Amino acid sequence: MTKKSFMQKAAAAPHVVWAVLFIIAPLIFVVYYAFTDKDGAFTFSNITELMQASYLEIFLRSLCFAFLATVICLIIAYPIAYFMAKAKPKTQKILIMLVMLPQWLNFLIRTYSWMALLEDTGIINSILGVFGIDPIHMINTSGAVILGMVYNYLPYMIIPLHSVISKIDPKLLEAAADLGCSPLKVITKVVLPLSVSGIISGVTMVFVPSISTFYISQKLGGGNFDLIGDTIERQFQTAYNYNLGAAMSFVLMLIIIVSMAIMNRYSGEDDGGVIV
Amino acid sequence: MNEKKIIELKNVAKSYDGEIILDHINLDVHEKEFMTLLGPSGCGKTTTLRIIAGFVTPDTGDVVFDGVRINDIPAYKRHVNTVFQKYALFPHLNVYENIAFALRLNKVSEEEIFERVTEMLAMVNLRGFEKRDVNLLSGGQQQRVAIARALINKPKVLLLDEPLGALDLKLRKDMQNELKNIQRKTGITFIYVTHDQEEALSMSDTVVVMADGKIQQIGTPTDIYNEPENAFVADFIGESNIIDGIMLDDYKAKFSGHEFVCLDKGFEKNERVDVVVRPEDVDVVPPEKGMLTGVVTSVTFKGVHYEIIVNINNFKWMIQSTDYVEPNQKIGIYIEPDAIHIMKRSEYSGQFGDYSSFSDELDKLSDVTEEEE
Repeated sequence: MTKKSFMQKAAAAPHVVWAVLFIIAPLIFVVYYAFTDKDGAFTFSNITELMQASYLEIFLRSLCFAFLATVICLIIAYPIAYFMAKAKPKTQKILIMLVMLPQWLNFLIRTYSWMALLEDTGIINSILGVFGIDPIHMINTSGAVILGMVYNYLPYMIIPLHSVISKIDPKLLEAAADLGCSPLKVITKVVLPLSVSGIISGVTMVFVPSISTFYISQKLGGGNFDLIGDTIERQFQTAYNYNLGAAMSFVLMLIIIVSMAIMNRYSGEDDGGVIV
Repeated sequence: MNEKKIIELKNVAKSYDGEIILDHINLDVHEKEFMTLLGPSGCGKTTTLRIIAGFVTPDTGDVVFDGVRINDIPAYKRHVNTVFQKYALFPHLNVYENIAFALRLNKVSEEEIFERVTEMLAMVNLRGFEKRDVNLLSGGQQQRVAIARALINKPKVLLLDEPLGALDLKLRKDMQNELKNIQRKTGITFIYVTHDQEEALSMSDTVVVMADGKIQQIGTPTDIYNEPENAFVADFIGESNIIDGIMLDDYKAKFSGHEFVCLDKGFEKNERVDVVVRPEDVDVVPPEKGMLTGVVTSVTFKGVHYEIIVNINNFKWMIQSTDYVEPNQKIGIYIEPDAIHIMKRSEYSGQFGDYSSFSDELDKLSDVTEEEE
């Protein structure tokens, strides 16, 4: 490696300071709290405490919900991204803006809006009532929580998929058709394999925030479905057990790293994918 | 040549946003024929090819394949395959899988796939390249993979869209020979699109010259060169001096103020015509022996011959001669009767065939823009 000049080092300095202050230092704090007790003595008890059935259930549920939300996002987003990529360039810009539009609203407001929609006496059930259909119980179910996740994180699946699919050379699709691919086969044999990097990015960008999400479950699940994010929040905000909260964060980080590693392995040597 | 028609285009027209791309063309392609669609960019040759492939639907007219109208049959059900301009190889598949692509769709057995892919690789001289990544191949190698991939399903017709456009000159010449050999060996009908007239003349059984969405002439390479139908064809294929003339009588034409004996007949008396004289058919003689006389304005050495521009009655002629003449020298020219070709006047009369603004550099510049199509 060549020696960097003073100017080069100086230019990198703000980034180094930023990384140390806001990424490295917090991580060190998390690890420190996770492996110490209230008096600051080293201990494994925070981690072993998480091995209780009640906590394992929370971890498992978070994993499950995040997985379902990611799969549903992928299934919904792929066709949307595909047709967006096929639209005229001008239309594409408008469609991307429409996809991002809900993100301009505050996350809390969006979640409250879903409560208003889903409640037993909410907007959807009122409309159904007009047509003489009995109200459907939707709020405070696991479905409502997953719906909240899908709704909030769908754009992060659509955007990377769209960006990869729109870069596929249309001549390749013609070549596939020319060699005998029906329109469906063109998608399975050419478009899908060529958009793997977009799928990986999208899955990462939905799965990671989904598994660590909080608040959605409290509002749309009515407190019936504790997720890791909510539990961590409680440790810091109400129980004041920083050590246990840090241990949970630490384990959550491990789960995310392992999940990403498994996925990157299945994607082969493909260039894409977000490194977590 | 086989007389059975494999493809017929009947009165086919296509326009985009009110701009006419194809203006009611009629074209018959016969079995085992090597046909070239030749023309400048925007002449409609690529659109014609894409209509046959099924990527473009004509506004009017019929596309007939083997006696059956196929206008409404989608590309993937047609028995034609295409070699694309920039190859369009699948980047996620290796050489073997690219070539095997069509066979896998048809659920062909693994042994047969192996046998046929190996045979194809041998034909295009790529033995041992099976496991290579197509993204790391040279242009010529990618080209060969594209040809093998298109031929593996034994199509009745192979469509080639400027397949050699991206290759350098030497490789292009080699590939021309190879393509011609492959075509003879397989007996498959080739429809080849190019803007390179030399490529068209050296490879084809039949050349179709196109301009402005119309077919200007269909014929063998020698017909096209020796008997161009109008000023556009004469100018586009090779070099031509195209002079305004009058057909005095059968076998008697007048141009540049001189009466010439020629071999053409069947025109009206005193009909205005376009006269074509190829530069290599003009003999340089001393002024007193010349049928016409003029002053040399420039001489360029071209290797085989000198390219001489002569001003004769304010019309700049191009003459190719192995004898050197001095610039500003007064010379005479002599033209044999069989060197004169008479054409009916057309919309292209007067646009081409004068070398007053001739420059090699301009020629090359226009070549580059043509490749953009």
